[in-house]
Amino acid sequence: MYVAVKGGERAIANAHAWLAEERRGDPAEPLLSVAQIREQMALAVNRVMAEGSLYDPDLAALAIRQARGDLIEAVFLIRAYRTTLPRLGSSVPVDTGAMAVDRRVSATFKDLPGGQVLGPTFDYTHRLLDFAEAAAMDPAPLGTPGPARVPHVTAILDRDGLIEPVAPDDTPAPDLTREPLELPASRALRLQALARGDEGFLLSLAYSTQRGYGRTHAFVGELRIGRVPVEMEIPELGFAIQIGEIELSECETVNQFKGSRTEPAQFTRGYGLVLGQSERKAIAVSLVDRALRWQELGEDDSGAPAQDAEFVLSHCDNIQATGFLEHIKLPHYVDFQAELELVRRLRQEANEAAS
Amino acid sequence: MDPRRKMPAKAPPPNERRDWLSLMARSAPDRLARVLPDLPDHDLLRAPETGNVMVQGRVSATGAPFNIAEMTVTRCSVVLSCGTVGHGHVQGRSRSHARRAAVIDALMQTGAAATLTPQLRAMEAEAQAATTERAAKAAATRVEFFTLQRGEDT
Repeated sequence: MYVAVKGGERAIANAHAWLAEERRGDPAEPLLSVAQIREQMALAVNRVMAEGSLYDPDLAALAIRQARGDLIEAVFLIRAYRTTLPRLGSSVPVDTGAMAVDRRVSATFKDLPGGQVLGPTFDYTHRLLDFAEAAAMDPAPLGTPGPARVPHVTAILDRDGLIEPVAPDDTPAPDLTREPLELPASRALRLQALARGDEGFLLSLAYSTQRGYGRTHAFVGELRIGRVPVEMEIPELGFAIQIGEIELSECETVNQFKGSRTEPAQFTRGYGLVLGQSERKAIAVSLVDRALRWQELGEDDSGAPAQDAEFVLSHCDNIQATGFLEHIKLPHYVDFQAELELVRRLRQEANEAAS
Repeated sequence: MDPRRKMPAKAPPPNERRDWLSLMARSAPDRLARVLPDLPDHDLLRAPETGNVMVQGRVSATGAPFNIAEMTVTRCSVVLSCGTVGHGHVQGRSRSHARRAAVIDALMQTGAAATLTPQLRAMEAEAQAATTERAAKAAATRVEFFTLQRGEDT
């Protein structure tokens, strides 16, 4: 039962005033600009865009500052903001084969068209804190760019029939932001939910599959990060134009598959595509995507969490999770009074029965 | 129908129009403002409006479409005093940017194209140079493998 209670306005107003002061920190220190956060905290900005499910680096940077660096709170601000925007339309599906790649690596083939491009990676750094002033730095060296279009690695396996084919399919995409999640969920719907899911949750689930809870023997066939143009049909023009450019991380895994009565042994695929430079998440999504495909591929349900679509999809959204989790700190005075009465009565009855 | 909304004398080829619209969509507001600092007289057919566009990808890059996430886009439609209509769509939330893109789209269908085209070409060249520089930085991180000589072979 809900009972309206009034009061606390002054306390709330004062708490928010103090929050503003604490957010600002020592006024002797200069205020962080949105551009500084966007440029120098780019991976935090990427994470807020991915989980907020809205590509707008300036908005994400503003949200991070307002949330005092609490990224889930920042994601919450972005999710709330996006509900105020009208939907102008849907893009033409982006062509990741046309991506201008900053980074593109394969763990399955050493030599491949386009090569292994490391990009601005933390890999092979020594993870030693650098106390030196990073202000003066040398410009990044320039090489000779290769062909603009870098082929997908799995196309090499596809050519020889060694990996499951991807059939052309133009089934309209289901949209979580318009229709509530329904189970069983198609792979397209699952990939949307995972793309906006919490990175930490997906990382742990993916790790659990590696440790044996729904093992899928994944190799990173390819990981690529870069920018793709986004096109949309404009009705008043009668043709499609680019409406912008976004950064994406894409991971495709190559997984073991023994084959069945109807199909020869071949590799299978896991896929992850997320906003921004977010390779840990892209890899995690592709592992979880593959684990969720057990039924379609005729594999056993080992009861692992990562194989349970209802469990994964219902719990991967950190805004839903934090909303329900944190609401229990809000006043539950009446609910608790009822429980308190009940416990007192039970104890009284037990006492009376004993005496 | 508004009598000013007559068709321009000669419609530009759709692919050229697509190119300048796409270029303006990706441009920075202050950069496009340098192309046309002061807007000529025009009326709004559709006031600048910020919304979101759902970006789609494909399962395993080539399969069924799915929704990745939304992006912010601002659009605007204008009509010049000569009756030429322009549409602007730009990434982000700047209303003045979308309005300027719409006005330039209209002007590019008129005689003003002669002066605007070189400026847009210059803007395109800058964007291309930035893309090429990024590609060159990526190329410098391409791994060159070499095989270590094994002891038994010597």
